[in-house]
Amino acid sequence: MVDVTHGEPVPGVPGSAAHEGGELDLYHPKSWVTKYVFSQDAKVIAIQYGLTAMAIGLVALVLSWLMRLQLAFPGLLPFLDADHYYQFITMHGMIMVVYLLTALFLGGFGNYLIPLMLGARDMMFPYLNMLSYWVYLVAVLLLVSGFFVPGGPTGAGWTLYPPQAILANTPGQQWGIIVMLVSLMLFIIGFTMGGLNYVVTVLQGRTRGMTLMRMPLTIWGIFTATVMALLAFPALFVGSVMMLFDRGLGTSFFMPAIVVTGEQAPYAGGSPILFQHLFWFFGHPEVYIVALPAFGIVSDLISTHARKNIFGYRMMVWAIVIIGALSFVVWAHHMYVSGMNPGFGFFFATTTLIIAVPTALKVYNWVLTLWRGDIHFTVPMLFALGFIVTFINGGLTGLFLGNVVVDVPLSDTMFVVAHFHMVMGVAPILVIFGGLYHWYPKITGRMLNPTLGKIHFWITFLGAYAIFFPMHYLGLLGVPRRYYEMGETAFVPHSVVTLNIFMTVAALVVGATQMLFLFNLAWSLRHGRAAGGNPWRATTLEWQTPETPPAHGNWGAELPVVYRWAYDYSVPGAAEDFVPQNVPGRDPDMPGHPVAEGAR
Amino acid sequence: MSLILIFLAVVVAIAFGWLWRQGILAKPWLETGVVGRFPAADPSGARVAKVGLAVFLAVVGSLFALTVSAYLMRASLGDWEAVRMPGILWVNTGVLALSSLALETARLAAVRGDAEGMRAGLLAAGATAVLFLVGQLLAWRQLHAEGYYLATNPANAFFYLITALHGAHVAGGLAALGRVTWRMERGAAVAQLRLGIGLCATYWHALLLIWLVLLGLLTNWVGDFVAVCRQLLT
Repeated sequence: MVDVTHGEPVPGVPGSAAHEGGELDLYHPKSWVTKYVFSQDAKVIAIQYGLTAMAIGLVALVLSWLMRLQLAFPGLLPFLDADHYYQFITMHGMIMVVYLLTALFLGGFGNYLIPLMLGARDMMFPYLNMLSYWVYLVAVLLLVSGFFVPGGPTGAGWTLYPPQAILANTPGQQWGIIVMLVSLMLFIIGFTMGGLNYVVTVLQGRTRGMTLMRMPLTIWGIFTATVMALLAFPALFVGSVMMLFDRGLGTSFFMPAIVVTGEQAPYAGGSPILFQHLFWFFGHPEVYIVALPAFGIVSDLISTHARKNIFGYRMMVWAIVIIGALSFVVWAHHMYVSGMNPGFGFFFATTTLIIAVPTALKVYNWVLTLWRGDIHFTVPMLFALGFIVTFINGGLTGLFLGNVVVDVPLSDTMFVVAHFHMVMGVAPILVIFGGLYHWYPKITGRMLNPTLGKIHFWITFLGAYAIFFPMHYLGLLGVPRRYYEMGETAFVPHSVVTLNIFMTVAALVVGATQMLFLFNLAWSLRHGRAAGGNPWRATTLEWQTPETPPAHGNWGAELPVVYRWAYDYSVPGAAEDFVPQNVPGRDPDMPGHPVAEGAR
Repeated sequence: MSLILIFLAVVVAIAFGWLWRQGILAKPWLETGVVGRFPAADPSGARVAKVGLAVFLAVVGSLFALTVSAYLMRASLGDWEAVRMPGILWVNTGVLALSSLALETARLAAVRGDAEGMRAGLLAAGATAVLFLVGQLLAWRQLHAEGYYLATNPANAFFYLITALHGAHVAGGLAALGRVTWRMERGAAVAQLRLGIGLCATYWHALLLIWLVLLGLLTNWVGDFVAVCRQLLT
């Protein structure tokens, strides 16, 4: 390897090892409340985001149990009528996609890892960062309050399509829909505050030597997803404002002239399709807002636990950026059956299939990273491998649905439900678990119990397949989604009933297994094996902090200086099988090394 | 949705240009040592704040581009009945331009170190911005009096929505400007205020630009312009 210098020297601080972005004026908590409750430390905010997201996720998990029970044993739960079923579907979907996945990946992992992995002391706007969490918390509480308002939460489906979302006879039409829309708007405001932090910290907070192309892929994923979210969430915001106007002030942005139960509703001239465009302009990038951080984290997990540098780092970065850009021109593939021009359908099918190219590239690179690696089947690695398989599964059915002719008959069937649960439900959740098992030792200083972890992994992984694999088959048979109960239907064979029972049992077991994970989180906090600073022997900066868990300000007196990329694993001739990013290069012209062999 | 795609194309072009300059073609696995070009040391945090504002303006731009996209999509349907623009909007536009100008003057005065000029510019900018908001409310009242109610048809609803969204952003800017003014009145030095005033000025210019686009849209100049271009091309 060689020492190289790029770009221009920085004026004023020639050769200085100090932080070139200037020392942040660090906030100093003065009391217990400002240290642990209204904290401006990104690490505390990350934990707050994580715990809140997991808590609301548990609510959504219980809702899915109730729905599955109804599908398998119609009428078993007397309180669960059709209205409640729709309300539970809606809340389950919205919570999982927005309030759990988005918040946990960006607010949780983003807050914890961005400053630490980039060698910064904290986020660039710590006060705004704190505010971001509290606005998010209010949004979550408001969402939950939907269960207690007159009429209950909205039952419009997670896509909140008008006109039915605000028409009488839709459950939650009185207050539920208002609470949902206001909660979403608050979430977006809170996210924007956090998102500005993540982006500006990546742009301006990197320590000396941390070029963009030395950032771990986790940061690339979170960074790109945040940029996308900042640009896509306004679509949901505008849509929510407009629907709120329709519901509260009687405007007709989305509401056509319509007769409801024999009476003319007080609307005229609105366009329901307009809402679909706005919703999916947010909704499709949202898939990648969840997927890109998962891609990034999985890359780092695989590289670390296979003790091998990531294959094709540059391609991985480019693929993340290109997927981010392309995901803004595929939204209408969710609208093939909305009556749009077939020419548009062709366009959106093409862009959808094109996006498979960089995505497939990533999958190949993960597999090639594993190829002849020193694979350690640790719990994080198991989850990462589980992700790759699941993502391939979900991605392939996405190719089916991306084609207009295949999508039309499969639209609104269980096939779609199975597809998106595989690709943006199970797959990202596996990464979240992998990430938590991986970084828990840094967050707490203790290891999670690996035996419990492995039990958790295998039941979750196999159980998720037991739920969602048969669901594809139901969809192919034509079983529609969003039906409270099927009753006696000529085209649905009796085997569907048996399969539904099987899937429900699997769902109950998988859900219950998550309690094991929560127990592990709590138990290991006290009783887990002491982790030390770098238990996975990883190269990235967060593992090189002077203290574990990292103290306020992360780095002690001196900020780290970065000398190499994030993936120096198993470097030939090196003393150990990993070289941390902050270890200076001694430029050994080692025999067998690509540089020594003249590969440059 | 064409407008939002054009907006995003601009954002993507800027992003790719920036990535290119940041060495996205580098081969990090072949390099050790301290490499790269870094933000110049800047303990005041001015650069961070400016980048933060730029990112925020991209979000605001996206919000308005999407609103306008929705407007254009709906307006393209046959039953569209445009709102008659109240004359006071022209006055309001002038007032907003004055506000922007005043803040620019304040910014230049702050750069020169001219405390009096800065103070005058700041106060003038604040007053004219408030005046703009009052003017917008008067425009609403005028429309209301003429029978253009919010819920009468989608064109009215869009008019009220778009002006309200823009007004809310001006009000938010006023809060920031109020904070800078308050610090000035409490005796902060010119050098301490320079950054805040600069950020406010940038935000004001952006809001003026957005307003001009919105006005062009609401008065259908944009539509006329596109129609003329089409005629020329055919």
